[in-house]
Amino acid sequence: MAATAVVLLAAGKDPIATYARLFDRAFIEPGSLSNTMITATPLLLTGLAAAAAFRMRLWNIGAEGQLYLGAVGASGAGLLLRDQSGAVIIAGMIAGGLLFGAGWAVIPGLLKAYFNTNEIITTLMLNYVAGLFLTYLIFGSRSFWRDLSTFSARAFPQGKPLPAAAMWPSFDLNLVVLPFGFVLGVLAAGLLWWLYRSTIFGLQARILGDSQSAARYAGVKTRRVVVTMMALSGALAGLGGASEIGDFRHVLDPRGLQQAGLGYAGIVVAALGRYNPFAVVLVAFLLGGLANAGYSLQGPGFPAGLVGVLQGMILFFALGGELLIHYRISLPLPFGERGLSRQ
Amino acid sequence: MRSITKRFPGVLANDAVDFEARRGEVHALLGENGAGKSTLASILTGLYRPDSGEIAIDGKTVEFHSPRDATAAGVSMVHQHFRLAASLTVADNIVLGYKGTPWLRTNPATIEAQVSELARRYRMPVRPDARVWQLSVGEQQRVEILKALYRGARILILDEPTSLLTPQEAEDLFETLRRMTAEGRTIVFVSHKLDELMAISDRVTVLRGGKLIGTANTRETDQRALARMMIGREVVFTQAKQSHDATDDIALELKGVSARDDLGLQALHDVSLSVHHGEIVGVAGVAGNGQRQLAEAISGARPRTVGEVVVKQRKLRSGDPEHAVLNGVAYIPEDRMDTGVSPSLSIAENLVLKSHRRAPISTHGVLRHDRILRNARELIKRFAISAPGPDTPARRLSGGNVQKVVLARELSSSPEVIVAANPTRGLDVGATEAVRSLLLEAAGRGVGILLISEDLDEILLLADRIAVMYEGRIVGVVHRSTADIQHLGLMMAGASA
Repeated sequence: MAATAVVLLAAGKDPIATYARLFDRAFIEPGSLSNTMITATPLLLTGLAAAAAFRMRLWNIGAEGQLYLGAVGASGAGLLLRDQSGAVIIAGMIAGGLLFGAGWAVIPGLLKAYFNTNEIITTLMLNYVAGLFLTYLIFGSRSFWRDLSTFSARAFPQGKPLPAAAMWPSFDLNLVVLPFGFVLGVLAAGLLWWLYRSTIFGLQARILGDSQSAARYAGVKTRRVVVTMMALSGALAGLGGASEIGDFRHVLDPRGLQQAGLGYAGIVVAALGRYNPFAVVLVAFLLGGLANAGYSLQGPGFPAGLVGVLQGMILFFALGGELLIHYRISLPLPFGERGLSRQ
Repeated sequence: MRSITKRFPGVLANDAVDFEARRGEVHALLGENGAGKSTLASILTGLYRPDSGEIAIDGKTVEFHSPRDATAAGVSMVHQHFRLAASLTVADNIVLGYKGTPWLRTNPATIEAQVSELARRYRMPVRPDARVWQLSVGEQQRVEILKALYRGARILILDEPTSLLTPQEAEDLFETLRRMTAEGRTIVFVSHKLDELMAISDRVTVLRGGKLIGTANTRETDQRALARMMIGREVVFTQAKQSHDATDDIALELKGVSARDDLGLQALHDVSLSVHHGEIVGVAGVAGNGQRQLAEAISGARPRTVGEVVVKQRKLRSGDPEHAVLNGVAYIPEDRMDTGVSPSLSIAENLVLKSHRRAPISTHGVLRHDRILRNARELIKRFAISAPGPDTPARRLSGGNVQKVVLARELSSSPEVIVAANPTRGLDVGATEAVRSLLLEAAGRGVGILLISEDLDEILLLADRIAVMYEGRIVGVVHRSTADIQHLGLMMAGASA
C-alpha cells in the first residue's frame, strides 16, 4: 500500500482519496457491486480450474486456452440449438463449455500421464494454439461460428450472435445482481471441496500430489487420476468460457477473450486463495472489485496505464506478502536441511 | 570441548556437554537419534557455533567461524553421506576447495602421486585417476578419509562410518584407523552400533537427550552397560526368533523373477525363493544389489519382466499393487517417510492408504470419515502410536512412530505375507525393539515374512533362513544354525561361496 502510494504521489494524485475511490467504486456505489460480480465470475471459474489442478501439484496453466475452447463449445451449442427452448439451449451451452474445455485439457493430461511431458510447457503452448484457432474460426474461415449474414459482417468479420433465449438468467437480490455463471461457480466450489475431502478420487489426488512413490505404493492408478484431474480442471475453465458467452458476450469474440487474459488471472486467484475452493470465491470477488474499480477510475486526469500499475502493484505485494507469511528464513542450519523451509 | 551448549528453536541440542579426546585414541561418541551427537560433531568442525562453551586443541582455546577454520586447525569430518563430486577424479576431489591448491590446476600427475603415496601409507587402495562415480561405497569413503589426511587432519571425525559397508570393508576401515592412531592422530567415532564400538574404540562418551551421561574406558565396560547409559533403562537384547519347525505350507513363492530398475537396467536376475508360513527369511546384501527391486516386484509396485510370484496358489499380477494387497501381501517399504506414508496427509488417512477403495472405508466412491476416524483411534491405541491425534500429519511424527503407522496399517490387514525392507533402519533402540517384536509376533501367528535388511545382525537375530543377494541374484541360502558371519560377508561382497 505504501509503495503504491509513492507511485500515486509521483503521478501527482492524492493516494488516500484514490484508495477511497477505489473501494467506493468496487463495492459501495449503486450498481458497482453487481459490476464487481460480473468481473468476478470468469475469475472465479478459472481460479477454481487452477486450484483444482494445483492442489495436487498438477501445473495446468492452460485455463486460458481451455476457456477459449469452452467458449467455442458453448457458442456452438447455443447456435445449434437456437430453435429449442431457453432451458435446453442453456443446458446445451453448459455441456458444450464443459466438454470442450475438458477435451482440450485432456490432451496435455494424456501426454503427462503416458509420456511424462512437462504439463507447464504443453498447457502453455496449447494456449497459443487455442487462441489462433479462435481467431481462425472468425477471421480466417467461413466457419459455423462466423456471421456471414450481412455485407458489413462479411467485410468486418465477427461471430454469429446467439439467440436471445441463449442469454443466461441472472438473479436480482436487490442489493446485487448475481450472474448465473457466478452461481454455478459457487456450486462448483462446493463440489470441488467435497470432491477433494470426501471421495476416493480426491484422496488419491491428494496422495499423488503429496508423494508419487506413496501413491504408487498405495496402488493409486496415477495415470487415470492425472487425466481425470486435467479434464476436471479444463471443464471448469471451459465453464468459464461458457459463462463469458452466455452471461456477457453472447457472441464468440476472439479479440475480447484474448485481451481479457482470464485464464492467467485465474492462476493468481488460485494462488491467493491457496487452492482452497471457498477462498477462491472470496479472492475472485475481491479481485473482481479491484479490476472493476480500475475501469471506473480511469478517465481524464487518470490514465489507464496508472490504473494498471496500481492493480499490478497491489497484486504483487499481496502475493509477495503471502509468500513471506509462509516461508521463514532459518539461520543456523542443521545440515541436510534447506535454509528456506516451508512450514 | 568444555561445557558446550547449543540451542535450536524449541530444542536444547547440547546442554553443557564436556568432551575430551586424547591424542592417538579412538574415542566413540554414542547416543540414540537426536541425542546431540551430530550437533556436537558439527560444532567441533565449525559448522555451528556454540551458544556457550569453548573448544581447546592442544591446550589452546580456539574459535571456529567456519569449517575452513577447523580444517586449518587440523579437524576434519567424514560425513555419513559423502560430499564428493561424482564426475571428477579422485585426485580432483581431494584437492577441491583446499586453499593450498593453486587457482589453475597443478600438474595432475603431481597430485596423483601424492594421493597414491598417502593411500599406500594407510593401506587404502584407490586409483587417483578414477572418477568417483565408478567407485564403490567403501572406496568413496576412503577418498573422504584421504581428503582429510591430505589437508593435514590430526583430529578426524567419522559419522556412522560403517553404515554402508560390508563386514570386510568395515574391518579394512578399522585397520586404517589403527594406523592413523598409531601416528598420534585422534579419531572421533560417531555411532550407535555397540559391537563395533567395543571392537575399535579406546573410550566411549555417551550422550542422551543433549546431555552428557558419562565417559567410560571401553575395556572396563560392556555392551549392556553402554546400552543402559544410552537409553536410560535396561534393554532386552534377547529378541531372537525362537526356532521352530517351519510348516510345509508355502506362504510366498518366487519363480524366476526378473525386473528392471528405474533406469531400465536389469536389476533382478532370475530370483527364486520361497517363504513358509511362520518363517522369517532374511535377505542380506549390501545396499543397491537389487533388494529394493525385489521388494517392489513382490508388492506389485514394480512390474516384473519375467517370473511368477505366487501367494495362496494364486499368481500375482505383475505391477499391480492392489492385486497384491487383496491377496494378503503386506509391504513395509524402506523409504518410510515418502513411500510408506503420504507425509502431508493425516495419520487417519495414512492408515487407510491401501483400504480406502473398499468398504467399509468407502462406499460408492465416497469416503466414510466416521469409520476412518474410528479405525485410526483403534490402531493408534493398539500399536501405541504416540501422536497428538488422528488428524496430525504424518510428517510431524518421529521415525519410530511413522514406522508404527506403517506397521499398524499393514498388520491390521491380516496379511499372509509381509515384505519388510530395512524396517528398523535409522530407528533408535526403543523403536527398533518395538518393530522387531511386532514382526516376531506376526510370524508366531503364521505369517510368512521376507525380511530385507542391510543390518546383518538383525537378520541373524530374526531370520530362520538367510538368502544373500549380490548384483540382483540370490547367491546363496543358508540356515541360521549354520550361518557364519565371515562366510556371509564374503557372499555379500560377491566372492563365490
